[in-house]
Amino acid sequence: MDRLRKIEDYPAQSFSRRRFVQGLAASGIIAGLNLWRWPVLARGAAREQQVLTGSEFTLVIDRTPVNFTGYSTGAITINGSIPGPVLRWREGDTVTLAVTNRLSEDTSIHWHGIRTPADMDGVPGLSFPGIPPNETFVYRFPVRQSGTYWYHSHSDFQEQIGHYGPLIIDPLGKDPIAYDREYVVMLSDWTDEDPHTLFSNLKQQSDYYNFHQRTAGTFFSDVRKHGLIPTLADRWMWGRMNMSPTDILDVSGATYTYLVNGLPPAANWTALFRPRERVRLRFINGSSMTIFDVRIPNLPMTVVQTDGNNVEPVTVDELRISVAETYDVIVHPQDASAYTIFAQAEDRTGYAHGTLAPRTGMTAPVPPMDPRPLRTMADMGMGHMPGGQGSRMPGMDKGKHGSQTGAVAGHNLPGIEKDDVSGTHSGYTPGVQMDTKSTTPAGPHTSMAVAGPSMSSQALPRSNPNELRLGPAVDNIVEMPTERLSTAGEGFPTGRRVLAYTDLRALYRGTDSRPPTREIELHLTGNMERFIWTFDGEKFSDAEPIRLALGERVRIILVNDSMMEHPIHLHGLWSELENGHGEFRPYKHTINVKPGERLSYLVSADTPGHWAYHCHLLYHMEAGMFRTVIVS
Amino acid sequence: MSRPAVVTLLLRSPSSRLTRLAPFLCLVRIAVLTVRLTTGLAQAQEPHHDNHPQGGSTAVYGQPGSPIPLEPPSPSAADVSPHPAPYGGEPVEDRAIFWHVLFDQLEGRTNGPDTELRWDGEGWVGTDYNRLWVKTEGFLDEQGRVEDGDQEVLYARPIPRLRYDWDSAPGRLWGAFGVEGLAPGFFNVAATFYVRDAGHFAGRMEGSYDLLLTNRLIAQPEIELNFYSKNDPARSVGNGLSELDTGLRLRYEINRKFAPYIGVAYNGKFGDTATFVRQEGGIVNDVRFIFGIRVWY
Repeated sequence: MDRLRKIEDYPAQSFSRRRFVQGLAASGIIAGLNLWRWPVLARGAAREQQVLTGSEFTLVIDRTPVNFTGYSTGAITINGSIPGPVLRWREGDTVTLAVTNRLSEDTSIHWHGIRTPADMDGVPGLSFPGIPPNETFVYRFPVRQSGTYWYHSHSDFQEQIGHYGPLIIDPLGKDPIAYDREYVVMLSDWTDEDPHTLFSNLKQQSDYYNFHQRTAGTFFSDVRKHGLIPTLADRWMWGRMNMSPTDILDVSGATYTYLVNGLPPAANWTALFRPRERVRLRFINGSSMTIFDVRIPNLPMTVVQTDGNNVEPVTVDELRISVAETYDVIVHPQDASAYTIFAQAEDRTGYAHGTLAPRTGMTAPVPPMDPRPLRTMADMGMGHMPGGQGSRMPGMDKGKHGSQTGAVAGHNLPGIEKDDVSGTHSGYTPGVQMDTKSTTPAGPHTSMAVAGPSMSSQALPRSNPNELRLGPAVDNIVEMPTERLSTAGEGFPTGRRVLAYTDLRALYRGTDSRPPTREIELHLTGNMERFIWTFDGEKFSDAEPIRLALGERVRIILVNDSMMEHPIHLHGLWSELENGHGEFRPYKHTINVKPGERLSYLVSADTPGHWAYHCHLLYHMEAGMFRTVIVS
Repeated sequence: MSRPAVVTLLLRSPSSRLTRLAPFLCLVRIAVLTVRLTTGLAQAQEPHHDNHPQGGSTAVYGQPGSPIPLEPPSPSAADVSPHPAPYGGEPVEDRAIFWHVLFDQLEGRTNGPDTELRWDGEGWVGTDYNRLWVKTEGFLDEQGRVEDGDQEVLYARPIPRLRYDWDSAPGRLWGAFGVEGLAPGFFNVAATFYVRDAGHFAGRMEGSYDLLLTNRLIAQPEIELNFYSKNDPARSVGNGLSELDTGLRLRYEINRKFAPYIGVAYNGKFGDTATFVRQEGGIVNDVRFIFGIRVWY
């Protein structure tokens, strides 16, 4: 009941707004008289943890009343909770999961990042017909991997309103990661609005949730700082493309309350530790639309795994976790003080937080949010960004956003050859990078060998399922996409070590050493104003599937022509990010592509079937940013 | 996908009474039919089959570091259906139909002794690429008479960065085509060209801009100009620039869907139009204080 008491701490005059942002201290599931179960997970000392282990599982999807913000509404829960229970599998087992649908609509569960046979992947239409109301579907497949993953609905907008949960697979052998204690930290975004309304609002007015646009006020302050002409030039540069540099996330804290393990900030999810223990935090971004910047003030985090795959340990102060990604970090608190786990939304309109503490009830200060980032020339694909440094417009308000000045994370293990990284990106000279304007519907695609640091020098055959189709679904084509893997993006104050994709070096050599035999280039495109999102200018319903031959090894090249990040998720197959580490390239299931960025990854088409391939921003996916990949 | 078929139906009814609903409904039906035809074309596409060589590799895949390799690819993979969604249904609903209604102006205009009600609204229903639009504007005076009414039904297809509408209809109605959209610099602009029998042409230009004083307090200058090619004394319309309606509204967005505003509006008649209006005892240069709400659903 101590959680209830915290409400009284709020100043009365700002109660309603504060409550909305912070959520209710005693928020969550309303189930008769039963209070929401505290979802703290810890080996040994957990309080009412919802962890299901073994190889046989029963999951029930139901609609449950919840109250996160003071407003009661309905959510979709798995076994009565948000997130759903932690599923704990063991590598080598064959798991059986009976999923019962108690909703009045179809549902499904997709095992995100798990390499299942195609008919167990849980995508309605592609892998199975879905689970109708009052029916049970039994998933059964062998588990041949380990690490931190998650699971969620692939039906409609169910993922937005609670249908997600963490998934941990313990390795068969000895875990190379040493730790004394572990916690799942699942981040998500909650809205009281019906997600269909939210989608409809975005279709009518794409900046519906952006209340931080530039105004007359910022204009005059920019004029004072930079002079009239540069400010006008800057405003015109954005205005002539009808783009806004304040467009960071499509859905903001104006409607979202951000959750840690299903608890809003006011409830302050707390994880306990003993000083000098090595604590493993398994960060999972189960949000629908929110990219988080995660840090623990005064406590460095050593990243040891991403998307279920171990990486060489690298110590950072902060990491940006895109939607659907996972990062496992080790923290090593030396003293008996409390620490705040602080996850601010990339657009700085809100945050989720929890506490790491030696005792319950201890708290640490919650830091203020960092300045809001603004999009830059590099995001527009017009910048020269060697080393991840965006050239900035003169009129930009430098005071309002931090620039990430190459604060490259330092590997704390001697095994890393940093020059391996720096030497490998020489292929990316902005001037040499082909102008994608030549990629008009009729024009030939650029034939230059792209991307892969480890790639062979000869040009590979290029095949595209669809030519880039310029039309109403494409409002922008970047003139000069750049390599941006060595930066985490915008919005980090100088001096912090922030994880970049180039810091991720796999702990093990990749399993498939063959070079790719084919390249597939896809443009990530959209029409911001109309909220249409596409690959190559075509929505799913208008596009051809991408066909891979079974056993084939291909390079996928993504060019982000839009002004938004897109976490691109390929089901069923690994995405091996070409980030300069040769055969130690990291295996991922979700790759975040920054605006104006061009990157590549390798895929071994080793599992036959229909696989979903999409942007994991839920409303982008539903708007059409989705393709079927057929391996046969 | 079919080529953007820029077939648009529009009905502009320059009547002073809102009584002619029958032709409206007829045109709505034709427009709906057009939408349906376009959608049908898009769906009637044959799936395209690629024949890629089989990989035939013996490599062992799996997760790096895992002691368990994946089994080699099954030879039964040839059975994989070539259909993009073998289980029917669609994994994403990217052809969903949306609808919206916006009353940009719903206001009283007063100069003290005389107050009139002005509305200017629009609504659309459809998918991303095919939409049926309805536009409505007019004045309601204190005697309950509707003046300057203009009700339009349009079919719209987007072209990059613009909306392009075209339309024709028989009878006393105007056919029209036009473009509308966001011009560079976030200016909302619309230009419409109207034509009807006996060589009557008309044009309308509209523009507005949302100036964000803060993120919720928004000043919106707006202007509308009407031109006609010939005099139409029955409707008090003269050739040339006949009318200019402009206003400056200051709205506060309590939320995106509900914003009260105040402002000033100027309505001026020019040329022969002014002469006609003067003969009827009307006001040629009319400045009024306005108050209203901007709402959408």
